[in-house]
Amino acid sequence: MNPLTYARARDAAEAVRFAGARDATYLGGGTNLVDLLREGVERPAALVDVTGLPATITKRRNGGLLIGAAVRNTALAEDRDVRTRYPVLARAILAGASAQIRNMATVGGNILQRTRCAYFYDIDGSRCNKRTPGQGCDAIGGFNRTHAILGASSACVATHPSDMCAALAALDAVVHLEGAAGARTLPLTELHRLPGDHPEVETLLEPGELITAVELPPLASGARSAYRKVRDRASYAFALVSVAAVLEVKNGRVKDVRLALGGVAHKPWRAREAENALRGGPATARAFRAAAEAELDAATALHDNGFKIELANRTITAVLAELAGRK
Amino acid sequence: MKNVAIRINGSAVAPPADPRVSLLDFLRETLHLHGTKKGCNQGACGACTVLVDGERIVSCLALAVQYVGRDIVTIEGLAGQDGPHRLQQAFIEHDGFQCGYCTPGQICSAVGMAAEARRGLPSHVTDDLSARRIALTRDELRERMSGNLCRCGAHNGIIAAIAETYARAAE
Amino acid sequence: MSNVEGSGRPTQHEGAAQQDTSLTRRGVLGIFGAAGAGALVSTFTGPPGVGPVSLVSEAAPEVLVQRGSGWVGAALSRIDGPLKVRGMARFAAEFALDDMVYAALVFSTIAKGRIATLDTGAAEAAPGFVLVMTHRNAPRMQPMVPFGPNEKAAGNDNLPIMQDDRVRWNGQPIAVVLAETQEQADHAASLIRVTYEAEPATTSFAQAKANGTEGAVYFHHEIGDAEAELAAAAVSVDATYRTPYQNHNAIEPHAVTVAWHGDELVVHDASQSVVHNAWSLAHILGIEERQVHVTSPYVGGAFGGKFMGSHQVLAAAAARLAGRPVRLTLSREGVYRMVGGRALTEQRMAIGARRDGRFDAIIHTGTATHTRDSPHPEAFPFVSLSAYATGSLKTDLQWAFLDQVANAAMRAPGEAVGSFALESAVDEVAVALGMDPIELRIRNEPKTDPLNGAEFSSRNVVKAWRDGAERFGWAKRNPIPGAVRKGEWLVGMGCGTASHIYNRENGGAARLTLTSDGTVTVDIATHDAGMGTETAQTQIIAENLALHPDQVEFRLADSAMPGLVAGRGSSQTTTVAATVVEAKKMLVAELLTLIRADSPLAGLTAQQVGPRNAGLAKLDDPTRHETYTAILTRAKRDKVTVEASPDEPTEMNERSMHSYGAMFCEVRVNAVTGETRVSRMLGSMDCGRVINPKTAASQFRGGMIMAMGLALTEHTHYDERTGRIMNPSLAEYHIPVHLDVPEIDVIWTGIPDPHAPMGARGIGELSVTGTAAAIANAIYNATGKRIRELPITLDKLM
Ligand SMILES: Cc1cc2nc3c(=O)[nH]c(=O)nc-3n(C[C@H](O)[C@H](O)[C@H](O)COP(=O)(O)OP(=O)(O)OC[C@H]3O[C@@H](n4cnc5c(N)ncnc54)[C@H](O)[C@@H]3O)c2cc1C
Ligand code: FES
Ligand code: FES
Repeated sequence: MNPLTYARARDAAEAVRFAGARDATYLGGGTNLVDLLREGVERPAALVDVTGLPATITKRRNGGLLIGAAVRNTALAEDRDVRTRYPVLARAILAGASAQIRNMATVGGNILQRTRCAYFYDIDGSRCNKRTPGQGCDAIGGFNRTHAILGASSACVATHPSDMCAALAALDAVVHLEGAAGARTLPLTELHRLPGDHPEVETLLEPGELITAVELPPLASGARSAYRKVRDRASYAFALVSVAAVLEVKNGRVKDVRLALGGVAHKPWRAREAENALRGGPATARAFRAAAEAELDAATALHDNGFKIELANRTITAVLAELAGRK
Repeated sequence: MKNVAIRINGSAVAPPADPRVSLLDFLRETLHLHGTKKGCNQGACGACTVLVDGERIVSCLALAVQYVGRDIVTIEGLAGQDGPHRLQQAFIEHDGFQCGYCTPGQICSAVGMAAEARRGLPSHVTDDLSARRIALTRDELRERMSGNLCRCGAHNGIIAAIAETYARAAE
Repeated sequence: MSNVEGSGRPTQHEGAAQQDTSLTRRGVLGIFGAAGAGALVSTFTGPPGVGPVSLVSEAAPEVLVQRGSGWVGAALSRIDGPLKVRGMARFAAEFALDDMVYAALVFSTIAKGRIATLDTGAAEAAPGFVLVMTHRNAPRMQPMVPFGPNEKAAGNDNLPIMQDDRVRWNGQPIAVVLAETQEQADHAASLIRVTYEAEPATTSFAQAKANGTEGAVYFHHEIGDAEAELAAAAVSVDATYRTPYQNHNAIEPHAVTVAWHGDELVVHDASQSVVHNAWSLAHILGIEERQVHVTSPYVGGAFGGKFMGSHQVLAAAAARLAGRPVRLTLSREGVYRMVGGRALTEQRMAIGARRDGRFDAIIHTGTATHTRDSPHPEAFPFVSLSAYATGSLKTDLQWAFLDQVANAAMRAPGEAVGSFALESAVDEVAVALGMDPIELRIRNEPKTDPLNGAEFSSRNVVKAWRDGAERFGWAKRNPIPGAVRKGEWLVGMGCGTASHIYNRENGGAARLTLTSDGTVTVDIATHDAGMGTETAQTQIIAENLALHPDQVEFRLADSAMPGLVAGRGSSQTTTVAATVVEAKKMLVAELLTLIRADSPLAGLTAQQVGPRNAGLAKLDDPTRHETYTAILTRAKRDKVTVEASPDEPTEMNERSMHSYGAMFCEVRVNAVTGETRVSRMLGSMDCGRVINPKTAASQFRGGMIMAMGLALTEHTHYDERTGRIMNPSLAEYHIPVHLDVPEIDVIWTGIPDPHAPMGARGIGELSVTGTAAAIANAIYNATGKRIRELPITLDKLM
């Protein structure tokens, strides 16, 4: 780890000011950034600690929730409104990492955590376009069992590993930002990019832009939601495939559905093809399977990860069937 | 001292000058509190688990400077004046370790886990997310302790020790 | 143990009565209780390069089973427990020395070639920098000496250590940086710039095989014409089984803290071979063995990964150059780069059987990856040599050589992966015959060792099978694959035989000091990396000398102590037990020389007396008794010291000696996702006498959990293009977590082995064998899918 300075910001404005002044990176719980600093993947000169920013969860007048960026993952999953009204979010968080890490990790940091691609981490021994643009990608011809099946490019096949983000994508969450140019919002589904020719650019954030909060719009009262994560051991492993789903069925027909996948793409993957196929149609196992297939039609396999296409298919189908069958 | 010191097992300590120093290395190398172990330095094993204001964290991914003003309890701080924590005793009785290297982390983690369950925090295996009380079944304990690896394979003894200490109280 | 008064307990059954009730409640002690149950502890490895040949010698059998105070068989809690649960046990990286500096390593990024340029300028200018050591300035040293003919050698290769510009594997250490703090050392190391002249390297298994393999002579055996018998068999299975690279992943990374005092080197090590390491360091550094002092009282797991390595050498050499004490802790990545693990194997496993199930042919051949310099054979066919009666047998082991870190022994090397193939194939034969797999195994139970006709010292695996089947509820198993379903989950049961060869090392030696206060201290340079050595040996000593464990101090893991006993081959307990038995004999003889005419023991010979009740007594008249304290006090002696070493371990040559187990498993496989969960396990062991049921049960469970990782999740990813390990991380190398591990039931036959010291055979590696096959066979029963390649990840079951 390079020598660096540390400063703790008292509020968003101060954080943005600190970050603008030097080659700085925001520090949340540190559970991803400290690891990357040690590996030499990230080399900022300064850390701006943003865990002192508001860590509150407030109800909005429209029935939604506003979640401060510094809210810890545990606190978010523990919140009564989240548990009862957005169970998909609580479930996704509780399926991620370990209790210790969830106690440290912040909402902002979780959204901006970086890929777990082994070649991205191996700064000395492997090539990676995301780390060193133009260098080449050793994952494409290497171990890529966990890599992307959707939206990848010839430059990068890394995935975004977050569980929480899959749920936020399904919930149409909106991210609140603050930067030198002022405040703005972005839908979570638009915050992260696909790799294209520039996998080193992972989000639409401007340099120094800070996540201040995440807003959840209200959910229709008839909507049910669920999260299912498939991984290589029973706990404490990243998702091979995960499915976040919100489903509203009326009289046997799909009134509304929102579906997002984790572990399959460079960003939390909102499954719009599947949603379109389902909306207004029958809520049957066959329709669910057809919708999953429609979504995964565009999926492509690397050497080791072809199974994820069928796995995603099956998991989507099972989650929707389970939600449709729930009383 | 509140805003310039870290409290560690009750004593106020000045944080390290170098912000790169993790809480784990600060404990082990500066304060010579070696009870907290380093297994991976990657957040992946839980051997470095300590309690911060009663909550368990992995100290290897925690920069010490971030914990100014916080209250840290390590394995050395768990035992009371009247002898070992009853969980420590239960670990011995149930053979909840072999090499003993993951043990301080397991024990600190279990103390934090019990507090989470008392608050009603659900886990990945909790059926009813809206329930206010958590029954610490074996499955709950196993899921909640999954952030602490043990390579010797002392899992059964660890869970038995924790169940004996906390499960009955919670049920 | 507060309910136990005094010593000199007369029977085994009283010993059993001391069982910790919590264990009994959980059923750990099994249907036999612990009465007479016995065996023990110890970690890992088979004798390198030693084949199962020449098992017969002339020496007369000696019945070594002892009866004593009843401490053997008692469920004593670990003696080091109070320290460990408080974090007070000091591991190697926890010695802070005055003026100490911290080390960081730089690893090569090519598999083969030479270092072209090495720029250390920026590192030298970095804050806190103290020293950089590379091949340019490292002191001249001898190469590592691997396990082999030299009995004090314990290296995993024979390579020079930072002596030239050659790169021999991807991940080889090429620079050591010392700095005032770990953060500064890590930072300075990251500033070193290296370029290489790469040479063509063999980094893929296919390439290595194409280059030509070499046979490992010790493992080639042929009895009859197995190929012809197989071809003619009524029922046969002939398949390829594959197992991946794996790493030990002890939670404590390798670490040393070293200091030079003049020409004397003090090493705080994390080691399963302290005397070997002292000798190795002296040899490599060119100093006298007595100038090196290695201690390792606590080791945070080893599993075969913590013998002599190059990191101790690098630390010592750098400390000498810097003139300051050095702490070198390997990062988790460093452990992967510098310490090899299980080799990859591709095994042909064939069995030919008659309609009645009897085997006419067993063929177990194939290839394991290897390096030119590794002494560890990954001898998977070994397990097939003594397992089943068969008309014909053929085994062979080929090595395919790669340019990578030398493979090392990992808990039950060879046998762990070989038993996966053998015990899966037996299951396949059972399916083909429509026969119960347990009955098939029993039908092929050999009367003598199938290889050479040697008598078994004690083999009760059939009893283990019958007892285990009853306890596990095997009769309820539906033999039709895929027939049992609960919701999304397919449920199945499987089983497999565990076996591990008995080992006792030659180098047992002890110093035993009896003091006039009636306490005894025993020093043996043995090791406890979690096996429970300290506790079990204390019990053995207490039993042999008729003392209470509180009166015994067992000291270990110090190279200044007698003995040459590496923590390997599940041999520590047997080796130390034999040594203690010998020391007892010598002590009795020595004490008799002190007996005066006014003693109740006056006039008795060594044959007539033995330890009773904290002293000596006439064997057939215990009223003629005198305490140790009285004997010494009367003789005006503060203490008596004896040094003992046992006879050579000839029992291994005379008989076929193994520990056994019948391993049972129930799995659930998710029909949607292919995820596997182990829902129940039982180990029914036959391992001789169990010294301590509590620590033994933990050893068995630990081995089964390691085998669960072997079966389902563990896999070290060597990128075959570069030979580089891509998951050097506990986050990406998946060992089982708590939620993966069900409650594991363990029982044992408890039948003492009349030919093993204290009746105990080794147990440390036993349960790692057979278990992976039991899991794979259960998966077959659940799903109808026969997976012959580990790990059985969900993609293979979808
Ligand atoms: C062993 C291990 C296992 C894990 N398993 C899982 C898993 O199964 N599922 C899963 O989802 N995650 C998993 N994680 C990842 C974990 O969830 C993330 O590390 C965590 O959520 C990051 O949050 P943080 O606050 O610690 O972020 P930090 O590490 O502090 O920061 C991460 C990034 O976010 C930036 N950042 C932080 N806050 C802000 C802000 N407010 N505005 C702008 N930028 C910001 C930082 O600059 C940095 O680039 C695992 C991590 C580990 C170490
Ligand atoms: S050392 Fe912190 S989690 Fe492993
Ligand atoms: S007791 Fe050794 S790692 Fe847990």
